[in-house]
Amino acid sequence: MNLLQATGVVKKYANHLALDHVDIAVPENKVFGLLGPNGAGKTTFIRIINHITMPDAGEILFKGKPLKASDIGRIGYLPEERGLYKKMKVGEQALYLARLKGMSKNDALKKLKYWFEKFEIISWWDKKVEELSKGMQQKVQFIVTVLHEPELLIFDEPFSGFDPINANILKQEILGLKEKGSTIIFSTHNMSSVEELCDEICLVNNSKTILKGQVGDIKQSFKSNKIEVAFTGDADHFTKEVDALCHVDSLQVKQGMQHALVSLNAETSSNQLLSAILTHYQIHSFSEVLPSMDEVFIKAVENANQLKTN
Amino acid sequence: MDKILLVLQREYLTRVKKKSFIIMTALGPLLFAAMMVVPGWLMSMDDKKDKVVAVDDATGFYQDALKSDQNITYKFLVHNDATDKNAVVTQEIYDALLVIEGDLLQNPSQLRLYSDGQITMDVTNNIKNQLNNFLRDKKLESYDIEGIKEKITEVNQIHVNIDTVRLDEDGSEKRNSAEFAMVIGMVSALLIYLFMLIYGTQVMRGVIEEKTNRIVEVIISSVKPFQLMMGKIVGIGLVALTQFLLWVGLTVAIVFVMQAFVFGGGDAIAMQQAGIDAGSNPEVQSKFNDIMGIIGDLNIASLFGFFLFYFIGGYLIYSTLFAAIGSAIDNETETQQFVMPVMIPIILSFYVAMAAMQNPHGDLAFWFSMIPLTSPVVMMARIPFDVPAWEIILSMFIMMVSFVFFTWFAGRVYRTGILMYGKKVSYKEIWKWFIQAGK
Repeated sequence: MNLLQATGVVKKYANHLALDHVDIAVPENKVFGLLGPNGAGKTTFIRIINHITMPDAGEILFKGKPLKASDIGRIGYLPEERGLYKKMKVGEQALYLARLKGMSKNDALKKLKYWFEKFEIISWWDKKVEELSKGMQQKVQFIVTVLHEPELLIFDEPFSGFDPINANILKQEILGLKEKGSTIIFSTHNMSSVEELCDEICLVNNSKTILKGQVGDIKQSFKSNKIEVAFTGDADHFTKEVDALCHVDSLQVKQGMQHALVSLNAETSSNQLLSAILTHYQIHSFSEVLPSMDEVFIKAVENANQLKTN
Repeated sequence: MDKILLVLQREYLTRVKKKSFIIMTALGPLLFAAMMVVPGWLMSMDDKKDKVVAVDDATGFYQDALKSDQNITYKFLVHNDATDKNAVVTQEIYDALLVIEGDLLQNPSQLRLYSDGQITMDVTNNIKNQLNNFLRDKKLESYDIEGIKEKITEVNQIHVNIDTVRLDEDGSEKRNSAEFAMVIGMVSALLIYLFMLIYGTQVMRGVIEEKTNRIVEVIISSVKPFQLMMGKIVGIGLVALTQFLLWVGLTVAIVFVMQAFVFGGGDAIAMQQAGIDAGSNPEVQSKFNDIMGIIGDLNIASLFGFFLFYFIGGYLIYSTLFAAIGSAIDNETETQQFVMPVMIPIILSFYVAMAAMQNPHGDLAFWFSMIPLTSPVVMMARIPFDVPAWEIILSMFIMMVSFVFFTWFAGRVYRTGILMYGKKVSYKEIWKWFIQAGK
């Protein structure tokens, strides 16, 4: 079941179209990647979900019912551009933001204490925000976002400003939240974290969705029939041997082994290639090469842009 | 509604807890009280020190003219052309040296007062008065007419006292005093002007802070922009009100305490407010009683009520405009072009208020006390002069209606403005936001 379903969402600004009939479905209890180049319309879409701006057309269903202003209490949003009051104390401020989300004072204090202890930052409680580094402030903001245990969490570039250790802690927390039943919308340009975290993605470009689906499926659909083979034997002979079946893109020696990257001909299957070389060479590994999300992203955006110019 | 209260609470508490607020709130009344009490105190200090003036009279005519009293003692020196003025003046016992060089009836400027320090007004006044009287008498005597002196004195004693009494429609009499109404009007207008300016710009700064910090992005996902704006405006308004009321309360308290110490009695208030020694001067005493009567007639409670209304109304109208400006710009350096048009009516209202006090029922005063951007200051300057009730009610009504309008306008600009970054904003742009927000 989809926790959030957007159909035909349109948002116009004075001189440009930010969202052009966008359909996005976020399945429940999944990490959903909302990707796209800068200015594609991601933030506008997130703002619409958060009731910050209203769409000009289209429908958004939250748990099967039209999204209401009161639903934002069940959403936690960590914006990309985020800040805190510099002169306020950390604890006071976290409490204030939690209460704005509708939590009672006692409840908020209890949960804040839990999270502050978990992140080992309880000693910051009485510090002023301006004394904290950017990464430290991000931690506080993360806590405030998840504190009221919302059903839907939206993270916009959550890892910016974090060192690898803290970024990893954060990743574990996000996966932990998913395990507890939250649905997560994750917007980022960092494709390696998309591969690690996301179950499904949606790629927005120029106000339109150009690609969506499960991460595995998308990779499959973008693969270009490349195979990487590691073997020992006569390399020159190898190129001639497989010429009828595939084209050798590269061939190099690594750690005493030949590594070949080949593109299969259209009618050849990987099994045919394997059986052709099996008898002549010692095979160490034979694997299909899937594109990285980075490559998928670039390719999909390029394709879309080309389509537009044609 | 709960959320507005939360925002309001934060805005209020963080500001009231600030050191600068506490210092200003404590220093203000001390300053005001000092302004009220210190002149009187200084005067009473001065009186205690006797002044000794040496007189070098070349003519010998004026021995009888200058009589010592409790404050000033005149010591006549033996005249000697060779007297070293410097040597006399620097002597510890003399405060000043008066040199009379010739017949003053023939040439009134043959008179010099030397001193090694500043000569106070009361010394010169005392010399002038005594010599004037003496010379007048001498002149009169020289006419050699029987009884002329008595007659002239009689003529001089004629004094007209105007008591301005305003008749109300119901026939009841009200004394009023233009000077006193002016003081009340001026102080009220000045206070409203200052608070509108200071706390209005505080609202603007608060909005800019939230915007440049990007905290607004975080908050706006749980609070509506309008709630955030109203919470801020009302919160800061309460800070202004707190400061004002504390100032009034503390000033009154300090004035009473200081007077108790300085003058050692309740009667001193009369003395000090009249500015002169009330006990020895029945005219001043009666004038003081008049003022007290006028205060009674003015109805302090209703005056204070009007003041609070215009204080709050003026603040609210301007703070919504300042909030809209704050939302439109990215940092404080850009404020200038938008702040100017808002500042102009504030400053203008102050000048008009000054003029309105000269002519409180003129056209200028009337129209500017109806325009909501100038009415808080101008109307408050007029009210002590008894403005017809319908004018006040109309002005208040216009103010309330325009507050609703300004809030609506500012809310729409604010909603779009706070989420716009890195754009140089123009008036056209702001107008677009306003129109667009309606969709």
